[in-house]
Amino acid sequence: MSIKLASERHPETGQTSREDSPLAVRGMTVSYGQKPAVFSVDMTVEPGKMTAIIGPNGAGKSTLLKAALGIHKPLAGTTTVFGKPVGAQRHRIAYVPQRASVDWDFPTRVIDVVLMGLYPQLGLLGRVRPAHRARAEDCLTRVGMEDFASRQIGQLSGGQQQRVFLARALAQDADLYLLDEPFAGVDAATEKAIISVLKSLRDAGKTVVAVHHDLSTVTDYFDNVFLINTRRIAEGPVKTTFVTANLQDAYGGRLAGAQMEALALS
Amino acid sequence: MNGAEFVPLSLVPLLTGICVAVACALPGNFLVLRRQALIGDAISHVVLPGIVVAFLIGGTVSTLPMLLGAAGAAVIAVGAIEAVRRLGRIETGAAMGVVFTTMFAGGVLLLEQSDTSSVHLDVEHALYGNLESLIWLDATGWSSLLDPQALASLPVELPRMAATLLLVAAFIALFWRPLKISTFDEGFARTIGLRTSPLGLALVIMAAIAAVAAFDAVGSIIVIAMFICPPAAARLMTNRLEHQVAWSVGFATLAAVLGYVLAGYGPLWIGMQDSVSAAGMIATVSGVILAVTALVGPHRLRGSAAPVG
Repeated sequence: MSIKLASERHPETGQTSREDSPLAVRGMTVSYGQKPAVFSVDMTVEPGKMTAIIGPNGAGKSTLLKAALGIHKPLAGTTTVFGKPVGAQRHRIAYVPQRASVDWDFPTRVIDVVLMGLYPQLGLLGRVRPAHRARAEDCLTRVGMEDFASRQIGQLSGGQQQRVFLARALAQDADLYLLDEPFAGVDAATEKAIISVLKSLRDAGKTVVAVHHDLSTVTDYFDNVFLINTRRIAEGPVKTTFVTANLQDAYGGRLAGAQMEALALS
Repeated sequence: MNGAEFVPLSLVPLLTGICVAVACALPGNFLVLRRQALIGDAISHVVLPGIVVAFLIGGTVSTLPMLLGAAGAAVIAVGAIEAVRRLGRIETGAAMGVVFTTMFAGGVLLLEQSDTSSVHLDVEHALYGNLESLIWLDATGWSSLLDPQALASLPVELPRMAATLLLVAAFIALFWRPLKISTFDEGFARTIGLRTSPLGLALVIMAAIAAVAAFDAVGSIIVIAMFICPPAAARLMTNRLEHQVAWSVGFATLAAVLGYVLAGYGPLWIGMQDSVSAAGMIATVSGVILAVTALVGPHRLRGSAAPVG
């Protein structure tokens, strides 16, 4: 019943139905304490596009992503991935956490981190064959890190760490890529390398969703935006959705009017 | 020392000491990397009252009832920590420290008051174990290792500890990849379908089994030291988890052997009469190993040497 209602939400705009959407969230509510971090949020990601999740600090951007993936247990809400429950679709999802969420002093090498992306194929005791290693090395090449395969991960710069995380996601060979602040604290060259990889994924028919904080690059990088401030503010193509009125709603007084004019398309 | 003397007197304590040290060091690697090293400390303190109560109820010192008693004590400890934290308005770390120490002290009192003269269970034993008393009476030399009759009188602590080591090692080997992935990046681990919470619980249970099994043979001091010292020293020797675990096994073995020998003969060498506690010396040696690696280990400076940003 609820699925039907959800898919009939905007029949006239021709929006993606829940069954077709690579990532559809309904009524997602997450709370860390008394105050909800995410409240009753619906999101329907369009397939084959790059979508930015934007909103002010503490708006619940990362939390929404984590709850959708089942990393955090939501108070309420459901997630479907390509029309099925997320648990049945793990092999089609690649998730890139915030770089700062892990301890980079962990004793392991770059290539080992990328090989973690192949765990679903390797299983508990499967042997790492030359083909697996070659695949991991190829993924490192795609992010320009092929010379760092044997480095300890603690010796990398922030941008290099982020590229290694992206290489691990590439190794998963997913259909839906979810990235949490992939450009946070990285150098300009890394940002360029990452966006070109993401665009090539999109051009190959994959779906990319990224939590994003730099409003000045939204129109250059992304096709769609999802604006959130605890509640869903708006979602749709950058052209029609990344507009002053919506930004005003999401950011309130935190962005000056002139700033918004410069950023938004209208 | 020839076989006729070494095998009955020293072989069993040495091997038991090595099994204890390695069985604790293996899960210790992951506990230290997960910043949960305190759990090893907690387990070894909290198990004492649990073991004493299990003995008072069951009347025997055997592994399964002791394990259940220790598990019960751990549950009570978790509840007590929460209560102290909330009712006493004390931060978590301090609440944990208070509860562990109180429960351990309570276990000591309980032990003093109860009649445990029939078994090897007393206050000194709780701290230092009885490694030196694991004498293999029927052994006459190396040939006894192949003699079924002599093997029948092998102190039960050795096969018990060897089985524990085997169990812990099998767990680590089987779940190596999930343990490694979830220790490094728990969020990612969940998105690929790894059940990180049961896995983390299983790791703690393995550590608890090692601690309880080791408790009878060597007491609680060595357990605390072995969870932390060999893995922490090993981390300073290498930047790869596979190698770190291998180093930790080496350091644990070294501490057990060196500690046992120094405790038995060290005092004689410096002109003293009696030997000292083997468990105490093993724990001390493991601490010295950590101190040495902290001074000269090749990867001790990685934090300040790594590029930032």
